[in-house]
Amino acid sequence: MENLADSLLVDKSKTIEGWGVDADPSNNPTYPMKHYTGADHQRLAYERSKQQMPREEVLHSNERPGITRVFGTSSPPSGLSGQLRRYAFRFSEGSSAHWLTLLAADRVNVVEGIFDDLRRGHIPNIFKERGWNAEWRYNRKGVIQKAAVGAVLATAAVTFLILRNRRKKSV
Amino acid sequence: MLAMNYRGPFRVRADRNKPDPEILHPRDAVVRVTRSCICGSDLHLYHGLVPDTRVGMTFGHEFTGVVVELGSEITNLKVGDHVLVPFNIACGSCPFCQQELYGNCHESNPEATAVGGIFGYSHTAGGYDGGQAEYVRVPYADIGPTVIPSGMDLDDAALLTDVVPTGYQAAEMGGIQKGDTVVVFGAGPIGLMAARCSWLFGAGRVIIIDHLDYRLEFAKQYAQCEAYNFMKDMDDPVVFIKKTTDYFGADVCIDAVGCEAAGSSLQTITGRKLMLQAGSATALQWAINSVKKGGIVSIVGVYGPTWNLVPIGNVVNKGITIRANQASVKRLLPRLIEHVMAGRLNPKGLITHRVPLEEISDAYHIFSAKRDNCIKPMLIPDSASVAA
Repeated sequence: MENLADSLLVDKSKTIEGWGVDADPSNNPTYPMKHYTGADHQRLAYERSKQQMPREEVLHSNERPGITRVFGTSSPPSGLSGQLRRYAFRFSEGSSAHWLTLLAADRVNVVEGIFDDLRRGHIPNIFKERGWNAEWRYNRKGVIQKAAVGAVLATAAVTFLILRNRRKKSV
Repeated sequence: MLAMNYRGPFRVRADRNKPDPEILHPRDAVVRVTRSCICGSDLHLYHGLVPDTRVGMTFGHEFTGVVVELGSEITNLKVGDHVLVPFNIACGSCPFCQQELYGNCHESNPEATAVGGIFGYSHTAGGYDGGQAEYVRVPYADIGPTVIPSGMDLDDAALLTDVVPTGYQAAEMGGIQKGDTVVVFGAGPIGLMAARCSWLFGAGRVIIIDHLDYRLEFAKQYAQCEAYNFMKDMDDPVVFIKKTTDYFGADVCIDAVGCEAAGSSLQTITGRKLMLQAGSATALQWAINSVKKGGIVSIVGVYGPTWNLVPIGNVVNKGITIRANQASVKRLLPRLIEHVMAGRLNPKGLITHRVPLEEISDAYHIFSAKRDNCIKPMLIPDSASVAA
């Protein structure tokens, strides 16, 4: 006699398209598996592709001897952020100095990006870049609330500064 | 060409002055993009959480396109082929690719050894410009790109580059056996796909946990699973899962959230606000504590490369197996194409927003801020309208 658990599973196959089609009792332990592909001397002798020629500086992890056969060319290191990135790559991927320096470089790079825009005659529209058009379309009430809170805080700050200056002058 | 341009955390724009990509290696191709998506993991870049994300970069690792130029060594594709491009950049011959670990290629990412190259995913993943553009350079084009089968919907094809394989592999890594209870943390596109795919492996129960009601409602329909809000339906997700599994725990827990999880003040403050750890590991913490002794935790959520606060002592004491990896898209594609063509998976059902590439700032904001019940935004470049 079919037990309750089995009958529930049969029901699943009736109501859920494809239920159990990939069920495989041998799928444990599962992917990713380490498949034996020979001893080290055999594995390391794999056929390597031709080397992509670097046109600009490419940083590489110090956990490998050099660059990979292909690499991205999106944004080569430059400026102060580039100096920070070069410094970061002196440390291994296991080091906090590596990653935290890269995060610091990213923040410096944002400021560099604004100057770069201005240098090219482009004034960045930060409201548009932050998607505030969409925010206005889908969360108008929230935008108005935020603007109102901002206005109140700004008014309070200005009032505080004016009053403090007056007090200083009167003293 | 028109391309997405990262300017800093929460700031992106579409620029028309990005130079067209060119062939830089004999195994390169250049592809004219026809569909491109914003992935939940792109939001980690957008929020400034991934180290070595440089200003000026173009994101995008989920795209389809038409081959417009080929390197001299590419013989399996021809100009005009309409291809889907896996997000992994893989050489096909290194020891890891030989083991079908295409997400771990040793010859595509000079900047980090822990991960292979990924399109448009910071210099930590190789520094490649991505597919949120009109054109993109595709290295090792003889390995990754797959000609879209005749009759396949283009939107389905675009989601076969990441969402479907990642969700499927999340379930596969769980080693699900018939009748197992599977808990998926996160009802984003990957979590939804993982829940849907868990049924293919014969799960007896699939439970999805999130805090956004609209996503949970979507999950009930799309993945035919139980869906619960951890902020409304329970005090403690771990206790809730224990209770609903006769106090044993789930057979398999899947972390489909990654480093931007909500639900724990300690994790949120130290991970997302102060960045003292590589994001908030709340979902992983819950997964480890909710799985039964000897169970499997499958991780596909993206975390940063530094460190996270997780209860590793419980992993030892409960004898848990943790399986994790970037999806090996090329390995999975043949089976997943079968599932899509047979109607067992409906990837395009996830797409809620179709946005012109020019409006990419709005698309990122809508997805990031969860506006307009957004599940999955797709970008349509002008170049898509050119006849394939």
